[in-house]
Amino acid sequence: MRNPPLSETVIRGAVHKKHPHDSAAKQVAGEAEYIDDIAEPKDLLHLYVAQSTVAHAKILKLDVEPVRHAPGVVAVYTAKDVPGTNDAAPVAGDDPVFAEDVVEYVGQSLFVVAAETLDQARRAADLALVEYEELEAYITVDQAIKAQSFVIPSKTLLRGDPDHAIENAPHKLTGRFELGGQDHFYLEGQIALAYPGEDGDVHVFSSTQHPTEVQHNVAKFLDVPDHSITVEVRRMGGGFGGKETQGAWFAAMVALTAQKTGRPAKLRLDRDDDMIMTGKRHDFVIDYTIGYDDNGLLNGLDFTFASRCGRSADLSAAINDRTIFHADNCYYLHDVRITSHRCKTHTVSNTAFRGFGGPQGMIAIERALDEIAHNLGKDPLEIRKINLYGTDSRNVTPYHMTVEDNIAPDIINQLAIKADYAARRAAIHAFNEQSPVLKKGISLTPVKFGISFTTTFLNQAGALLHVYTDGSVMLNHGGTEMGQGLFIKVAQVVAEELQIDIERVKITSTRTDKVPNTSATAASSGSDMNGKAAQAAARKIKDRLINFAADHYNVDKTAITFLPNRVKIGDQTLGFAELVQQAYLNRISLSATGYYRTPKIHYDAENYSGRPFYYFAYGAAISEAIIDTLTGEYKISRVDILHDTGKSLNPAIDLGQIEGGFIQGMGWLTTEELFFDGKGHLKTHAPSTYKIPACSDRPEIFNMEIYDAGENVEDSIHKSKAVGEPPFMLAISVFNALTDAVCSVSNYRDFPDLDAPATPERVLRAVQQMQKSGKGAS
Amino acid sequence: MRNKIRFVQNGKVRELENVDPTHTLLNFLRYDDAQTGSKEGCAEGDCGACTVVIGELKDGELHYQAINACIQFLPMLDGKELITVENLKSKDGHLHPVQQAMVDANATQCGFCTPGFVMSLFAETQGQNRSDLDSINDVLAGNLCRCTGYGTIINAAVAAAKQKPSNHVQLRKSITTELLAELADDDALHLEFNGRNFFAPRTAAELAALCAQYPDATLLAGATDVGLWVTKMHKILPTVIYLGQVSELKHIERTANALTIGASVTYSDAWETLSENWADAGELVRRIASTQIRNSGTIGGNIANGSPIGDMPPALIALNATLHLQSQAGRRSLPLEDFFIEYGKQDLQKGEFVASVEIPLNTPNNIFKAYKISKRFDQDISALCGAFNLDLDGDTVRGIRVCFGGMAGTPLRAAQTEKFLLGATWNMATIEQAMTQMANDYSPLSDMRASDTYRLSAAQNLLKKFYLETTAPDISTRLVGAGRIANA
Repeated sequence: MRNPPLSETVIRGAVHKKHPHDSAAKQVAGEAEYIDDIAEPKDLLHLYVAQSTVAHAKILKLDVEPVRHAPGVVAVYTAKDVPGTNDAAPVAGDDPVFAEDVVEYVGQSLFVVAAETLDQARRAADLALVEYEELEAYITVDQAIKAQSFVIPSKTLLRGDPDHAIENAPHKLTGRFELGGQDHFYLEGQIALAYPGEDGDVHVFSSTQHPTEVQHNVAKFLDVPDHSITVEVRRMGGGFGGKETQGAWFAAMVALTAQKTGRPAKLRLDRDDDMIMTGKRHDFVIDYTIGYDDNGLLNGLDFTFASRCGRSADLSAAINDRTIFHADNCYYLHDVRITSHRCKTHTVSNTAFRGFGGPQGMIAIERALDEIAHNLGKDPLEIRKINLYGTDSRNVTPYHMTVEDNIAPDIINQLAIKADYAARRAAIHAFNEQSPVLKKGISLTPVKFGISFTTTFLNQAGALLHVYTDGSVMLNHGGTEMGQGLFIKVAQVVAEELQIDIERVKITSTRTDKVPNTSATAASSGSDMNGKAAQAAARKIKDRLINFAADHYNVDKTAITFLPNRVKIGDQTLGFAELVQQAYLNRISLSATGYYRTPKIHYDAENYSGRPFYYFAYGAAISEAIIDTLTGEYKISRVDILHDTGKSLNPAIDLGQIEGGFIQGMGWLTTEELFFDGKGHLKTHAPSTYKIPACSDRPEIFNMEIYDAGENVEDSIHKSKAVGEPPFMLAISVFNALTDAVCSVSNYRDFPDLDAPATPERVLRAVQQMQKSGKGAS
Repeated sequence: MRNKIRFVQNGKVRELENVDPTHTLLNFLRYDDAQTGSKEGCAEGDCGACTVVIGELKDGELHYQAINACIQFLPMLDGKELITVENLKSKDGHLHPVQQAMVDANATQCGFCTPGFVMSLFAETQGQNRSDLDSINDVLAGNLCRCTGYGTIINAAVAAAKQKPSNHVQLRKSITTELLAELADDDALHLEFNGRNFFAPRTAAELAALCAQYPDATLLAGATDVGLWVTKMHKILPTVIYLGQVSELKHIERTANALTIGASVTYSDAWETLSENWADAGELVRRIASTQIRNSGTIGGNIANGSPIGDMPPALIALNATLHLQSQAGRRSLPLEDFFIEYGKQDLQKGEFVASVEIPLNTPNNIFKAYKISKRFDQDISALCGAFNLDLDGDTVRGIRVCFGGMAGTPLRAAQTEKFLLGATWNMATIEQAMTQMANDYSPLSDMRASDTYRLSAAQNLLKKFYLETTAPDISTRLVGAGRIANA
């Protein structure tokens, strides 16, 4: 890119300003490079993974000799060929890259074939002779619970005496809610590409949110030092949590092939293999008993969350912990028990997905509050309001963290007024009275989402900044770009700090040899942590420049000011590049690392006690739905959102996250259905059968605003707030609006059993339940 | 006969030799031709990340259409113009107005789906260039985005439609038209590759001769189904006969009494005519897959593949359509419903091909409605699809045809229900009894799209909906399409 003229009044790309995604112009031209776009070297090997066809079995025989002799095949690797540890798990060491004695899900990798073409590799893989002795397979949560099959022990958070509180409450309700999982459906599937180097080193391009973990897993797998493995990713074609852990399996396979054959190797999962082989959002069965008073105030709550974790632990411990942490959402629960079962099933190992267990915790209480309101004949919004956290009292979460920044009440009130909630609710009731086939529903739900990794040590980040002698800057940090706009936000932070135009800051690919020992780009923490780390690096260099200038020009440091693309030093002004050049000539280091660790957080995982989160992000949404009571089909006709991003680093990017998160959440609760048959085969493994929202599913009226008064009370990067995950949960309002519409069929006499996702089939079943009546309020 | 394929790209004719007949256009672009802008997201024509634009001459005029490169076989490109996302920027590096609109609207996040959206919008700007939300939703139904939630892309689409399309693609239209006209004079294509064959006959007679010579050949129309045999089932197809160049199969003929649609007429090309005659047939076409698929997929293919969940057959059967088959021995005709014998088995003899489908037009007083039920409104496969054709004499049922897809191994008429309704009074009491009759007509399957219970319930309720729509027009019954409730 040619140098554009320097801006004199205000820098381009300052923080708090709308700025397009750094790759936008390349993306629209097809020039943004994803891993499969890298020009294929002539000697590239193509890999295909042979998979288990049964859910749970002993492997009696695995003969790959016929595979080796197939046309084009160069190598075949099984568990026996692994030089190091046959594992690529994030935590528990229970994710074999290749199956050993048993297989534990349909799609588990048995071996990998490397051939001259992908077609040859794929056809050769079919030639293996595999014999199984099938074992009993637990596919569903209920089967696992019955067998007491868990990947990690169950946990319980207890505060007060919920049994007593429920027993003595004026009203009681008991419910069960089944909540489906969700495939990430990142448009770019899992992919890894490895180049062999000297000394047995391997350079791996991996579409991963966690290059460091891929590096460590590959090194362990090959039994080489971490320093021998470099992992690089410029951008992903979507991640959403799905590329936090499990990409390591495929990186391990290409690295092994590259190291053993001396040839570059690529493994790209096609859509079906990706959906069959890799983990998803945890589906849950939720049981609850709640005691409440005549006003709808919660007296006591007993929740049991049982999730399908699949064949291994993966990140299920932290994910299910977050379910516990978000079972309160915005509400004060005085006497509460939250039990969490982490079920081991013979299905794919479920993993991180935007919200990370939080949405599943939140939807339970949001659904229960609707049922309470229904039973009392009140507006659900009224019940929500009286149960909100207080400011000075009723402000301690069940895990003993004080809510210090409670803006939920204000957001809810503002939104209800802006979107005319009360009048619209009345109009909907009137509409429903005169419309026999189509029925409408409305719901307002808030979100309070805790920001920080609950695994405290992960809350650290690093950055590397070089200033070249022309004043241009190379920026690198541990965060990865998956479309969320992290790179542009961090670049804005650096531009702001040095007061240089954003084009002067080069955004570079994430590499383990530039910034080491990084955490996953996850937990919405990317810009919070990497922004602070990059700012720290920029400040180091800025301080060196100030010190140099003060000394060189003999002025007081306080007389040195960084103005747009120039620096005022006493009475004179130098271009930023000029000052940098002078500093270089005077032997001042122009390269720095930056480091950040999130302050204040501490947390006792055993007792669910402490401050797991640095702060909370808030939001609220009102959704309006209209259902067809003859078919169960529906449309979400209007959505109004007010969301808190603190002082947004980049409102254009943040609005994109809010809308995108909302629509993805809507998909989770409506059309996206993972259908496993009784033998554990996923039958919805491509977009022909697995339906994420399409363009016309976006509500025709979609009003979205950033909460004006938003400002992080903590010292976050420029007072902004994390925005990746929280908006996802705004979509709970969609599910509740559908419930409300179904409820109208009974003239609001009964509350429907509606599970998620609310496919037309489930909606129709609930409608028919309402038509039959019979289930009354207690 | 020609053994090289020729197509136009960037204002020049390109010629390819040794082409694998079932090599996909997308794999050619990405792995042979270093044009990696188009992406693979699904390899089944559902996500649209591979969308490219094809230019073709129709009556001497250049028309552009978006298609899914992932399931098109490369030889299908023969004689056409190809435009990929790489071809839109001007030589001096300026983005095309559609691309610039996407940047300005913040309509990209991860960017992987973006080239496909750009190409869909580009095709629209070269064609109807509509900017209303309904049209944009239709234009983009075949492009999935997992990041944005679509709002910014819709904004970009609106902005793009307002731009003047004066760019290099537009400016060289006359050159392209000349080149395509030259290619049209080429001999018929016959590729031979590793013992496999690809034929692209130009006439029905040539086609009939090839079908006689290769009775086991795969007949290829739009590749929206056959393409997946290769990309998903990894089948090897020894002989492929492509129907897309057979001029007789691409005609729509209308007489006073009938509408005859050639087997290779695409959904897109049939849409307008069907809509004019039966609004719900048009709405059904709108709901079939996506713009890209409708631009490739054919009415004949939807019949010939015998799918129990194809959306056109229920409507066509309800409309009492006749199917015309052809072979070297001549032509024969049969009621469309008789074509479907059982799951996977059609009344198609060796050497025969579907020539056309004929729909009677002499029933002006009939009421025709069709309903497609799926998890998602757009770009989804039916759980069930029902079509109703009613002839009322006052309030007495003089004629009724009810046909469903997704309820049996083939598209199937509701024989018992029809029998019950025939001669009955058209009122709610009749309908309620007819709904119970339907349980005798259908024993649907349970699968990932819907359970047997739901399928039957919904089918019964669709009869009720049909009744309400014929008798109580004031009641809102539709969530999508024409006549839908406002803001739904």
